[in-house]
Amino acid sequence: MTVIAPYQSQVADTRDGFGQLLRAEWTKFRTVRGWMITLLVTVLVMVGFGLLSAAGTTSSCAQDTSSGPGPARSGAGCLPTFPLGPGGEPVSDSFYLVHQPLTGNGSITTRITSLTGLVQPPNGSQGPGPGDTQPGVMPWSKAGVIIKQNLNQGSAYAAMMVTGGHGVRMQWNYTGDTAGLPGTVSANSPRWLRLTRSGDVITGYDSANGTNWTQVGTVTLSGLPSTVQVGLFGASPDYTSVVQNFGGGTSSKGGGPTQVTGVFDRVTLSGGSAAGPWASGYVGADNGSGIGGYHQAGGQFTVTGSGDIAPIAEGHGGPADAALTIHDYLLGTFAGLIALAVIAAMFMTAEYRRNLIRVTLAASPRRGRVLAAKAIVVAAVSFVAGLVGAALAVAVGTAVTHSRGYWEFPVSGPVEARVIVGTGLLAAVTAVLALAIGTIVRRSAATVAIVIVTIVLPYFLAVASVVPLGVADWLLRVTPAAGFAVQGAYPEYGQVTAIYSALSGYYPLGALAGLGLLCAWTAVALAWAAVLLRRRDA
Amino acid sequence: MTAAGLAARPVASAGWASLQDALRMEWTKLRTVSSTFWMLLAAAALTIAVSAAVSAAVNCAGGGPGGCAAATGIDPAKTSLSGADLGQVIVALVAVLAIGGEYSTGMIRLTLTAVPRRVTVLAAKAAVVTGWTLAAGVLAVLGSLLAGRLILPLRGVTVAHGYVVPSLANGLDVRAAGGTVLYLVLVALLSLGVATALRDSAVAIGVVLGLLYLFPIVSNVIPDHTLARHLEQVAPMTAGLYIQSTVGLKSLPLTPWQGFGVLAAWSFGALLLGAIVLRLRDA
Repeated sequence: MTVIAPYQSQVADTRDGFGQLLRAEWTKFRTVRGWMITLLVTVLVMVGFGLLSAAGTTSSCAQDTSSGPGPARSGAGCLPTFPLGPGGEPVSDSFYLVHQPLTGNGSITTRITSLTGLVQPPNGSQGPGPGDTQPGVMPWSKAGVIIKQNLNQGSAYAAMMVTGGHGVRMQWNYTGDTAGLPGTVSANSPRWLRLTRSGDVITGYDSANGTNWTQVGTVTLSGLPSTVQVGLFGASPDYTSVVQNFGGGTSSKGGGPTQVTGVFDRVTLSGGSAAGPWASGYVGADNGSGIGGYHQAGGQFTVTGSGDIAPIAEGHGGPADAALTIHDYLLGTFAGLIALAVIAAMFMTAEYRRNLIRVTLAASPRRGRVLAAKAIVVAAVSFVAGLVGAALAVAVGTAVTHSRGYWEFPVSGPVEARVIVGTGLLAAVTAVLALAIGTIVRRSAATVAIVIVTIVLPYFLAVASVVPLGVADWLLRVTPAAGFAVQGAYPEYGQVTAIYSALSGYYPLGALAGLGLLCAWTAVALAWAAVLLRRRDA
Repeated sequence: MTAAGLAARPVASAGWASLQDALRMEWTKLRTVSSTFWMLLAAAALTIAVSAAVSAAVNCAGGGPGGCAAATGIDPAKTSLSGADLGQVIVALVAVLAIGGEYSTGMIRLTLTAVPRRVTVLAAKAAVVTGWTLAAGVLAVLGSLLAGRLILPLRGVTVAHGYVVPSLANGLDVRAAGGTVLYLVLVALLSLGVATALRDSAVAIGVVLGLLYLFPIVSNVIPDHTLARHLEQVAPMTAGLYIQSTVGLKSLPLTPWQGFGVLAAWSFGALLLGAIVLRLRDA
């Protein structure tokens, strides 16, 4: 008679640990072939859309630039012709300058009594005689005093100026902007401006009467040579109005060049070399439409100029309209998120459909931990898929753009890294949101529809101009779609009029705030899911 | 009671179920799932609500810079019907579940046992889904137009500003309204076809909504205008919704009916694919 030894489990006689639970959930995920394939598909669609943006560009480099000034796109190279500022950002740096050298420390002081100009609104806009030149100034038409490293485009500078609609400003190195005295300038209410140089430090002052001076700002232009250019300038950006053809069109803007005329008197230079003769010229004249000139009568200088001294905003309708951006390469994120939402939802709903949930909950009766384990697994795989997809999409898109000679709007390394890692986080949080909604709804199709409506649809409504800009901004501020802000790579400039909308990669919330809002929505959904999972029968 | 009495019940005689039987079967199936009615009611309500909200977001009263000048202004009919952008999600969901639900519960085997001619089953489903969607679509479109008609004049969209207030007495508006109802029907058929081919509701709704929304996102964002125009010409949603346009028709990449044809091609292509898959694969 044989004795059969009774079966005894080899597993230690303790409570199940969270590690085992994680491993169980990972095994469940890993062994569904369709889901693993979907992860791969997620990466592939993200790369594919990036390629579409970069390689699908059909316009030749000799693009028609009649609609406005832009990078010169002739020849085989088609490399950037935008000057880069000291911070590496593309800038406009073309204006009319009346100048002389200043060696060593010194200052320039002047009074400005008038700021007038000519503008040319685009055809089809409102106002008297659209399409015709008419008197007026742009809000950011500017005239004032400047200390500039040299006469090259993109060189360091600091300037005190009066503007058409934003009062006195101190601006430096293209991106810096500080407000001084408010109000417009006139003969009855002139503005006094002063810039002083002491080593690398430049300080700007303004005054309404030439007696009581207020310091507006002080900036350090590191590496300023001992001899710099100091002078009076005038610049007026192209006519810009943010117009939205909403109800199916795209936002547009445009118009002809404008010019501004500033009247200066009581110009005094101190320090450095003795005041010599004034030279004059248009900085960046080779860029095309430079309008400018000056005449001097007694102590009065009348300076007329066009162009702008400012950073360039990435955006549709702007000078960098045709530029490819990191935002274009990441277009596939939407498709990727839809794919991830489908598998994340099914990771939970499939358990209900197959009744596997009963086994799962029998094995691990503490239900909150099951949900946590599922969330960790699905977040981890989605993070990896999103990260790899974004990194490859940007790498492939950049390579193709460069090889075809197109111009790419530059973005700094840390920002690029933040956008790529942020896309991974966006994928992870979206997947957890889908898992949570799937736990609440228990129906996979409804879950996927809800995720798409809350994450992709608001973005669609914003970029397809179905709703006005204000409403679109509001949608991207409150819905889970706010998470896309993590892909916003370009700063908004208050001193540049442009369309700062989702269409051009600008989001109403900052990267962290946007992702935080998505996380908050996900946390609420997950908490609700945990409560329902505990309360309801499986 | 005798055995003979039972046999006398008018069960269909020997022979295959006709299209009529299949239609009755599908009608009963969809009708007796209570969610169908509520979801389609929700689709209509959502469409009307979004249309009203978008109409209310229009601001032409102030005459802001470029805001409502005739050249850059809004399309009143398209604006009052813009809720279809969201309402179509629920319509698609109902259509996907009409077949996807059978696969997830295993009901499809019973259905195909009862009506072995599989294309007949799909045709019956398509007919029933079309009927439901037509009803919901008419409700949604009439409500949206009414909302637009009431709200838009308050927001400055008036004859004085050079606009035509949406009305069913205007031929272009009738085309926009009727076209929107048919648009919803075609979206439902597209969803039914995709779900039949893919056999999984979650994947199918993801694919359908991806097809609808990704094209316009990509075509709006990419910097190349030529490519964007081509994408708009083949995009089921963008091209299909040209039917809503009543102003600026010359600047559209396709005429409204051509665009409608593009969507119809997508829908019937998906149905054809679904029919082939249904015939060739085991259920």
